[in-house]
Amino acid sequence: MRTGFKCWLALCASAALTIGASPNSRALAAQGSVKVGVLQSLTGTMAISEVPVKNATMLAIDEINAAGGVNGKQIVPVIEDGASEPATFAQKAQKLIEADKVATVFGGWTSASRKAMLPVFERFHGLLWYPVQFEGNECSPNIMYSGAQPNQQILPALDWAKERGYKRYFLLGSDYVFPRTANLILKKHIMHDGLKLVGEEYVPLGGTDFSAIINKIKTAKPDVIFNTLNGDSNVSFFKQMAAVGLPPSKLPVMSFSIAEPEAKAMGPSLVQGSYAAWNYFQSLDDPASKQFVAAYKAKYGAGSVVDDPMVHGYLDVYVWAAAAEKAKSFDVDKVRKAAVSLGWKDFAMGKTKFAPNQSLYQTAYVGKLLPDGQFTILWHSPKPIYPQPYDPLVFPGKKCVVR
Amino acid sequence: MTELALLLGQAFNGLSVASILLLAALGLALSFGLMGVINMAHGELLMMGGYLTYVVLLVLPHGIGYPVGMIAAFLGTALFGAVLEVSLIRHLYGRPLDTLLATWGVSLVMQQGARSIFGPIGDEVTAPSWLTGSLTVSGGPLAGFDLPFVRLFIIALSAAVLAIIVALIMRTRMGLLVQAVHQDREMAEALGINTRFVDLVVFAIGSGVAGLAGSALALIAPVTPTVGQSYIVYAFLVVILGGLGSLLGTSLAALLVGLFSAGCQIVTSVSTSDVLLLLFVIAFIQIRPRGIVSISSRSLEGS
Amino acid sequence: MRRAEIAAYAVGLALLLFAPLYVGAYNLSLLGRFLAMGILAMGISLVWGNGGILPLGQGLFFGLGAYAVAIHLKLAALGPGEIPDFMQWNGLQSLPWWWIPFKSGLFALIAALVLPTAVAAGLAWLLFHRRVGGVYFAIITQALVLAATTFIISQQPYTGGFNGLTDFDKGFGFTLADQRTQTGLYFVIVAIVVLTFVAMRWLLDAQFGKLLRAIRDGENRVRFLGYDPAPFKVAAFAIGALLAGMAGALFTLNIGVISPAMIGVMPSIEMVIWVAVGGRESLAGAVMGTLLVNFGKDKISSAFPEAWLYVIGALFVLAVTALPDGLGGLLALFRQPQRDESRKTLVMPRVVSITGDGDETSED
Repeated sequence: MRTGFKCWLALCASAALTIGASPNSRALAAQGSVKVGVLQSLTGTMAISEVPVKNATMLAIDEINAAGGVNGKQIVPVIEDGASEPATFAQKAQKLIEADKVATVFGGWTSASRKAMLPVFERFHGLLWYPVQFEGNECSPNIMYSGAQPNQQILPALDWAKERGYKRYFLLGSDYVFPRTANLILKKHIMHDGLKLVGEEYVPLGGTDFSAIINKIKTAKPDVIFNTLNGDSNVSFFKQMAAVGLPPSKLPVMSFSIAEPEAKAMGPSLVQGSYAAWNYFQSLDDPASKQFVAAYKAKYGAGSVVDDPMVHGYLDVYVWAAAAEKAKSFDVDKVRKAAVSLGWKDFAMGKTKFAPNQSLYQTAYVGKLLPDGQFTILWHSPKPIYPQPYDPLVFPGKKCVVR
Repeated sequence: MTELALLLGQAFNGLSVASILLLAALGLALSFGLMGVINMAHGELLMMGGYLTYVVLLVLPHGIGYPVGMIAAFLGTALFGAVLEVSLIRHLYGRPLDTLLATWGVSLVMQQGARSIFGPIGDEVTAPSWLTGSLTVSGGPLAGFDLPFVRLFIIALSAAVLAIIVALIMRTRMGLLVQAVHQDREMAEALGINTRFVDLVVFAIGSGVAGLAGSALALIAPVTPTVGQSYIVYAFLVVILGGLGSLLGTSLAALLVGLFSAGCQIVTSVSTSDVLLLLFVIAFIQIRPRGIVSISSRSLEGS
Repeated sequence: MRRAEIAAYAVGLALLLFAPLYVGAYNLSLLGRFLAMGILAMGISLVWGNGGILPLGQGLFFGLGAYAVAIHLKLAALGPGEIPDFMQWNGLQSLPWWWIPFKSGLFALIAALVLPTAVAAGLAWLLFHRRVGGVYFAIITQALVLAATTFIISQQPYTGGFNGLTDFDKGFGFTLADQRTQTGLYFVIVAIVVLTFVAMRWLLDAQFGKLLRAIRDGENRVRFLGYDPAPFKVAAFAIGALLAGMAGALFTLNIGVISPAMIGVMPSIEMVIWVAVGGRESLAGAVMGTLLVNFGKDKISSAFPEAWLYVIGALFVLAVTALPDGLGGLLALFRQPQRDESRKTLVMPRVVSITGDGDETSED
C-alpha cells in the first residue's frame, strides 16, 4: 500500500508536470492574440463596485485593440466572476493562470480578495494589476498596486482637515481590514500632530443600526468624522444622523469609500455637503479625463458616472500594454521591470507613473459633494505623491523593495 | 451630552430596536406557534415590503405616499405569503427541517430576483415630512437627549400591530379558531374546523406584518436585496427566547434583546455585543429551555 | 445487488486514483478541494440524514480546523523572533500566547481535530440534555456561526480579521507551492475520504447507527425503550464536527487561504444543500452531491454568474420536495429493491414539539 502510494505519487506528479508545461500560450501567441484575465465580482455584495471597474478595463482593451493591439497582437479578455468571495477569487485566479494561460490579470477590489489571490500569483508566477485604494502594508513582486497607498489618500485628507482647523477627530468604520488599518495609521498621526482623537467605532459589514454610535458621537462632540464605512451602511448612517439633526452640513464627515457611483445610488441629497478624498474625481479639469469620461459614456450610456477605481482599472491596461511594448515581450518579469521604468504620463488622473516599488505616484484631491452627485474639488496635493506602502511613523524601518 | 442622557438615549435605542425586532418576529412567531413552520424566507418578505413601499413612493412621492406604501407592503406581502403557503409550505407540514431548507431556497431566489429588478445597491425611501425631525431636550440634566420622530413612529406602529393582533385573536371568531387549532390541532379538525384555511390566514397575516416591518425599516435604513438577512437571525432568536408562539413571550423577548444589545453597546463594540447576545440566549435556554413564556400542554415532551 | 454496489465503488475509486492522468492541474486541485469538503458532507449525512439533527453551523467547525492549520502555516514561514505580518500592522509587539503552541505541526493537527469536536460536544450537550432540538437547534447553530464570524472579524490583530489568514508557503515540512506537494496532498485527501467512508459505513451499520436512526424516527419511543437519546445525539454531532474540522484542515492546505467569508452563514447552509442533492442518508451520495454542486458552481458561475443563486435556490426547493432521497436514492436502488418505509410515517404527523420533529404522533 505504502510503496504503491509513493509510486502513484511520483507517476502522477510527473504526469501533472508534463500537462502543466504544455506550450499552450506560445501556440496562441503565434495566432496573433494574447489572453488577459479580468477578474472582478460580477455577483454578490461587491458587484455594484466591481462591475464598473470591469467595464473600464474592457473599454481600455477595446481601445487598444482598435489601435492595433500590443506587440502586434490583439488582446483577448477572459472574464471571470470573483462572486465577492475571497476563496472564489483565489480559485478563479488559479484557473486564469493555469488553465487559460493568461499573460496577466486585471482585478480585485477588497483587500480580502487581494490577500487570497496573492499566494496564487506568487505560486504560479503571474502578474496582478490591482485598481483600488487600500491599507498598504503589502509588497509583492507579482502585484502592481495602482490604487492609492495610505499616504496618498488618508493622510492628505488629514492634512486638509488640519488646514481647516479641525482639532477633535472621530473615526468610524465598517469592521474589516481597510478601516482598522487606516484608523491605526490615522490615530498615530493625529496624536503625533497634537490633535485629539475623541472616539473610534466599528460596525459589522452591512450593519444598519447606528443609534448607539450616534449617541457616542453626540457625547464625544467631534469637529469632524473620518468615515470608512462600506456600501449601504453609509446610507443608514447619514439617514440616522440627519434624523437627530446632524447632517453633514452641521457635523462635517470625510468619507473614504463614497465616490460618484455610490453618491448617485444613495441619492445625493442625503450625503450632500460631505467630503471625500480620492486620487480622481469625474469633475477633474483634465483633457485626458474628459476623453475617458466621453468614451465611457459612449460605450456604457450617457447616464453612467466614473470614479477613482475605474480610472485605475482603465490605466492599468494602458500601462501593461506600454510596458509589454517596451519589453517587446509578455513575460511577467520583463513586463513588470518595464512598467516601473516608463516615464510620466497623464492617464485621466493627472501626471502619473509607477514607482520602483510597483505602486503608483498620484495626486490627492479633496472634494465636496454637490446636490447633482458630482464633487467640487476643494484641495489637491502640490504634486504627485510618492507611494509609501509602509507608513514611516507607524512602521519605522519597514521598506518595500521589489526585486 | 451628559452621562444620564447617554444612558436614557441607549434605553430609548433599545426600545426602538426592540420594536423593529418585534415587527420582524411577530409573523414568525405566529406561524411557528401554530404550524411549527420556520420560514427562512421571512426576512425576504421584509425586504419585499420595503421595496413595495419604495415603488409606491416612486408613483406617489409626497403626502399620502408613505401610508399608501405601508398598506401596499402589508397587502402585497400577505398575498405573496398566501401563495407561498399554498404552493410550497402546505406540502411540507410535519417536516419542519425540510420546510426550513425549502424556504431558504425561496429566500435565495427572492434575493437574486430583487437584485435583478432593483439592482444590488440600496434604494432609499425618504421619510415623509411629518416624520422628519426629533424631540430634543436642550437644557437641564438631560441636555442632548433626543427622540427622533421616525423611531417614535416605529415604536407606536409595532405597539399598534401587536394590539390589533391580540384583539383579532381574542375578539373575533377567526381568532377563536386560531386558538383552537393552536391548542389541539387534531381535536379542532375533528370538530370540523378547516385547519388548512386557518393556517393559510395566519401565515398570510404573519407575512403581511413582515411587510409592514420592512416598510418601517425603510425609514431608517436603505432597502437592499439582503436587508432581510441582517435582521432574520435576530428575529429567530427573539422567537426562540419568547417561547413557542406566545405573543406575550415574543414581545418580552424582543424587549430583552433590544435592551440587552443597547446596554452592551454602551461599554463595548457592536460586534462584541452580538457575540454576547448569542451567549446570553444559549445561557437563557439552559434555564428555560422553552422560552420566557412556555405554554403547558399535554403533548409528550420533556420537562 | 451487493456485487453491483461494490463494483460501483471500485469504479469510483479508480476514477479518483487515475484523476491526475486525465484531469488538468487546475481541475485536479478543484477535485481535491471538493473531495475534502466531501468529508464534511459525510458528517452532515450522519448528523442530519441519519440523526435527524439539522446542522446549519458546520462552517464553524470547518473553520476551527482550517484556522488551526492556517495558524501553524503562518508561523512556519516566520524567522526566529518574527510575528506574522498582519499582527505588526495591527500594532502587536509579540505573539499572543495562544498562538505559540501552534508552532508545532503536530499540535496544530491535533487541535484541528480536537477543537471542533470539543466545541460541538459541549454545545450539543448543553442543548440536547435540556431537550432542545429540531428547528431550535438548527437556528442556534446558525446564530452561533454568525456570532463566530462576527467575532473573528472584530479580532483582527489576533485572527487576521476579514482578510483571514493567507500567504503561507511552508508547513509540516513541505513547500506548499510545489506542484508535487499538491499532487501528494490530493492522494492524501483521497485516502482520508476512503478511510472516512469505510469508518462511517461501519458506524452506521453498527448499533450506534441503528439507534441514531431510531432516535430520528421516534425519539420518545427510544426513550421508552430505556435509552437516553442525548448521548447518542451528542456523539453524532461531535463526530460530524470532527469530520468538518478535518475537511477544514485539508481545504486550507489545498487552497492556501482561510477567511471568515468561507465559514459564515451562507457557506454553512450551502454545505447542507450538497448533502440534500446527493441524498441525505447516503454517504456516497453526500460526496457525490458535494462534487456535483461545487463543480456546477465553478462552471455555471463562469458562464452565467447571475444564474447561480437561482440555481442553488431552486436546488434547495427541489431537493426537499421532489427528490428527498437525492442522488443517493439512485445508488440505494442497488441495495434495496423497495423504498424505505420509515420516511412515510414521518410525513404524516402535524403536531410539532420542541424536542423533535413531531415524533409523538408518529405512533398512529
